[in-house]
Amino acid sequence: MIERRSYARRMLEVELPVLLIVLFALGPYAWMILTSLKPQVELSAWPLNYWPREATLQHYNDLIARTSFASSLGNSLIIAIGASVLGLGVSIPAAYAFSRFRFRGRQMLLTGFLVINMFPVVLLIIPLFLMMRRLGLIDTFLGVILGHSTFAIPFAIWMLTSYFNAIPKDLDEAATIDGASRLQTIRLIILPLVMPGVATAGIYIFITSWNEYLFAMMLSGQAVRTVTVALQLFIGEFTIQWGLLTAGGTLIALPVTFLFLLVQRRLVGGLTAGAVKS
Amino acid sequence: MADGTGGGRISGPRPSPSFRQVGIVASLTPADRRRPPLGRGATPFWFLLPAVLITAGVVLVPVAQTAWLSLQDYLLYDPDNARFVGLGNFAKIIRDEVFWISLGQSFIWIVGVVGLQFLLGLVAALLLNQSFWWRGLARSLVIIPWALPSVIIGLMWTWMYDFNLGVINDIALRLGLIAAPIAWLARPDTALYAIMLALIWQGFPFFAVTILAGLQTVPAELYEAAEIDGATARQQLFYVTLPSIADVIATALLLRTIWVANSLDVILVMTGGGPGYATHTLPLYAFLRASSSMEFGYGAALALILTAMLLGVVFLYVRRAARGIEA
Repeated sequence: MIERRSYARRMLEVELPVLLIVLFALGPYAWMILTSLKPQVELSAWPLNYWPREATLQHYNDLIARTSFASSLGNSLIIAIGASVLGLGVSIPAAYAFSRFRFRGRQMLLTGFLVINMFPVVLLIIPLFLMMRRLGLIDTFLGVILGHSTFAIPFAIWMLTSYFNAIPKDLDEAATIDGASRLQTIRLIILPLVMPGVATAGIYIFITSWNEYLFAMMLSGQAVRTVTVALQLFIGEFTIQWGLLTAGGTLIALPVTFLFLLVQRRLVGGLTAGAVKS
Repeated sequence: MADGTGGGRISGPRPSPSFRQVGIVASLTPADRRRPPLGRGATPFWFLLPAVLITAGVVLVPVAQTAWLSLQDYLLYDPDNARFVGLGNFAKIIRDEVFWISLGQSFIWIVGVVGLQFLLGLVAALLLNQSFWWRGLARSLVIIPWALPSVIIGLMWTWMYDFNLGVINDIALRLGLIAAPIAWLARPDTALYAIMLALIWQGFPFFAVTILAGLQTVPAELYEAAEIDGATARQQLFYVTLPSIADVIATALLLRTIWVANSLDVILVMTGGGPGYATHTLPLYAFLRASSSMEFGYGAALALILTAMLLGVVFLYVRRAARGIEA
């Protein structure tokens, strides 16, 4: 559109509405952080005072000292890293094959991986629980990681296939002619180029696994309880201790917010094309 | 993020062949070029095996088992007495009043959440496509709700809806919108809509970002031509912008419908389906029958019905998405 609006008019028509939308988007998040910083007396004051008069980290101290939240953070970290490693480990070769080989059933298989990502969680969660119990994998890291691979693998395959496709096949051919074996070509030529995509896919799997609740709840117990499950249990346990709850929420949310801002630009391209799950 | 560009420094894949590599390709003799194209004859079997194996184990086998479970009267605490009941579970579902309540509420849920997420996302995208100095920052900030886990979303909104100390009651009272505090999540007539607002909040950034990406592909000449022809801003929106991004919108709507139809964790965290059955949706009901009542057979049958209902939407979406696969 041709720039001819006055500055004041643009403020009113664009910047003000954008500001409102940004406030709407950030309001609940900011409210959670503010709550976590208020001392208990301020939390029970009515009418509310919005800005903490005496900000305190007491709730964070209590959370770490009095509950098992810290070990849940560790569990979530292990599971999210495990899901990323497993997801990437099997998806990189598969995506390479989808990009570089032409074989019978290729389109069907690739479409299949997309359809899988559309299955309702409830459809999988009931039998997965039974299966993990039979295999003795309930309440183990591997059990939850395998549960998370139901969405991690299809997503990573779709995302990485498009990244592999973006690398010209001439490069493979040139390397082959230079005498490189297929594995050498992959290791020395293709993988370094596809690394940004691998990092994005890995971070995204990490975020989804860290955020995931239903699989973690069904498949974990005391031993490998994740932060989301722990927080949900706290909601039942410490109903009125909103300082403690919001401190937990903030500790869970901050790392993924940071990671998400890191990868968001590159996710956008794959959004409609692929299987980015929210 | 001080420069307001968010993650803008990281760009897409840039396959940049080095000068040496290009040189090699260029110096090929015609005979060399006649080598068989890469990949023909070689087998991708070993590359695909791990992914296919794991996926079959954690997805296909469970789906088959769900189908099998749905034909049984399978109670988790009493698996040895599981009986084959044929379509008995499905017959029971048809007569199950809660199923029909959940189905109706699922419908409200999907239409309301997806519809408003879309409208809000469209408005946000149109605004964020204008130029102003903090646009990059605004684009990064708006997207944040999307990154949050459902448990946190449930937590923050439950706290905001709190009867005694909730900020929503506080603001509404200060503005004079309500006369007395409302127990938003405890009243059957407000609970479902209250949760829907939380989910609209979480999901509108997806539409905003997707539509914004679509808007950026609309050629500027179209607007210039429209302007020369004397089109108003409104006409430009309806006759240039929207038709140009119709494809993006359709794909996003389909994808979002599938996710919203399947999503149950925010409801589970905020009300657990109550009060009464006021916030039951179909996936939540299936989950509760399985996890709380431990009726795995009945839950599986409900999950299958949900899947069957979504199949049409999934088909439409996958057909669009799979267009991108090169043969």
